Amino acid sequence: MSRREQYWRRNLSYLIALLAAWFLVSFGCGILFVDALDRIRFGGFKLGFWFAQQGSIVAFVLLIVVYVRLMNRLDRRFDVHETDAAPAPGGEERTS
Amino acid sequence: MTVQSWTLVLVALSFALYIGLAVLARAGSTGEFYVAGGRVPSALNGMATAADWMSAASFISMAGLISFMGRDGSVYLMGWTGGYVLLALLLAPYLRKFGKYTVPDFVGDRYYSGFARIVAVVCALFVSFTYVAGQMRGVGIAFSRFLGVGVDTGVFVGMAIVFSYAVLGGMKGITYTQVTQYCVMICAYLVPAIFISLLMTGSIVPQLGFGSTLDDGSGAYLLDKLDGLSRELGFSLYTGGTKSVLDVFFITAALMVGTAGLPHVIVRFYTVPRVSAARSSAGWALFFIALLYTTAPAVAAFARTNLLTTVSNAPYAKVPAWFKNWEKTKLIRFDDKNGDGMIQYVADPARNELSIDPDIMVLANPEIAALPNWVVGLVVAGGLAAALSTAAGLLLVISTSVAHDLLKKSLRPQISEKSELMAARVAAGAAVLVAGYFGVNPPGFVAQVVAFAFGLAASSFFPAILLGIFSRRMNREGAVTGMIVGLAFTASYIVYFKFLRPDLNDAEHWLFGVSPEGIGTLGMLLNFATAISVARFTPAPPAGIRELVESIRVPRA
Repeated sequence: MSRREQYWRRNLSYLIALLAAWFLVSFGCGILFVDALDRIRFGGFKLGFWFAQQGSIVAFVLLIVVYVRLMNRLDRRFDVHETDAAPAPGGEERTS
Repeated sequence: MTVQSWTLVLVALSFALYIGLAVLARAGSTGEFYVAGGRVPSALNGMATAADWMSAASFISMAGLISFMGRDGSVYLMGWTGGYVLLALLLAPYLRKFGKYTVPDFVGDRYYSGFARIVAVVCALFVSFTYVAGQMRGVGIAFSRFLGVGVDTGVFVGMAIVFSYAVLGGMKGITYTQVTQYCVMICAYLVPAIFISLLMTGSIVPQLGFGSTLDDGSGAYLLDKLDGLSRELGFSLYTGGTKSVLDVFFITAALMVGTAGLPHVIVRFYTVPRVSAARSSAGWALFFIALLYTTAPAVAAFARTNLLTTVSNAPYAKVPAWFKNWEKTKLIRFDDKNGDGMIQYVADPARNELSIDPDIMVLANPEIAALPNWVVGLVVAGGLAAALSTAAGLLLVISTSVAHDLLKKSLRPQISEKSELMAARVAAGAAVLVAGYFGVNPPGFVAQVVAFAFGLAASSFFPAILLGIFSRRMNREGAVTGMIVGLAFTASYIVYFKFLRPDLNDAEHWLFGVSPEGIGTLGMLLNFATAISVARFTPAPPAGIRELVESIRVPRA
């Protein structure tokens, strides 16, 4: 398996894990299991309701943060990270 | 100062700022006009994306809808944020590596087909025009309520502003204007929310406030009180749902996938300098959006509680001033059916005497909570910022589609850079006029076609782009039939229930119990299934295309 193939495989495995978490917090906790979770309370919130209106959104932001970190590390490990000379669209060189 | 003079001052100041920025940062080349030269820093692009994405619907209507729908309103909260995860993980970095200007560019090049490009252009134009009409109308309404001019005059002022900075500035100009508009918008949303949260619960953070106890000495949790009030008046529980689980599932999925497929959102990720910036930019965008989207359900719960405690069973003669103000706009109506002079606001339509348009909840909220006049002015400026920033982003997609995708890439490939830029400006100008026309003469179906825009984006663009990146084997035949099947299915389902037979639009007649709002999800699945099976029996794409796919999968090389 080539280096590039390995890079892509690893990328896909990150995607599957993160999208599973994405599905769980929104469609899982906020929709499918919402009534079961509503039996648990913290403060004034029923847990299912909280996931549907707050928790899922917070989790989405965190998922993207984790993704960015993982991919930046992966890019460097496989030496495909961008250097400052990467051209901007339209063939122009970046100035800074 | 009165509400009106505060509003005038704040709106005029914000407008001067937008135009000044656009003149400073105007575009000089097609690259700058379409994608700001690809040099926008990732956090700034995230902010601009947030302003681009959050329209008058997010700012004005969403909290109101949630306050009337309770937990069912979560479809908007999750649907309009979850799409950014898909965008960040599945689309943005690869499209940035591809590095051309538009979504039809990617579809046309990846599927080596002018026809596929045209299908994509038509979808992009349809989605954008649908959206922009609603924005101009929102501008007109905000003007007429708070500045005492007619809705039409309001639309003309809005057109002039958008024209000056979208046509002159292009993507480069609107990026910096959108950053400012985001700041105006988020202040306008958070300030009243924080005030109200402090007043009602003593918590300075609205997101925590709506899960806290009320500050009225009862010690009851706000949401419990709201559930109790709702039950008393015969409404369903605020924290309980009434829609079927399946329908909620499908609507949420359609909104998420539709968000990820909207051309004016995708194009923002072409403006950052590199692939890693496209990834982090999506994170920034969602962070800035989440600030408003996690506040909205709190605003909804506060507004609902305030409304129920203020007007329910109150004598009509003693209603507060805001009630009378909004009655003039006919967005709130009282009909004393039993003639006792009291307002009965109950779920039973035969006895209910009060009808309220959900749209007024955010705009009237500062007045309901008796906040200072400048807060009301700030909210109006925020609503206008939300509508104008989205309108500008959409106009740019329209002008790019016409000048770049239709003219340069399909009809007149030999056109010079200078004439292409001119054509882009003319197209943007024409689009402003069309949008203004719809703002003045709103087609009655604006609300209905929003489902359309998301359904179409979900059932056409999303699968075509996703397969173009993640499948080397996907070919022209598969992608084109997939898009057409997904589009035709979704469009005919929505047209049938929304326009031809609105009388049949209920769960009993829906296919598998999926409402027209959620049908885009089914259209998307159909698109995937068709594309994959057709590609299996038709020739593989040429070697050059396989190389293109290989190259967009890695950031460098």
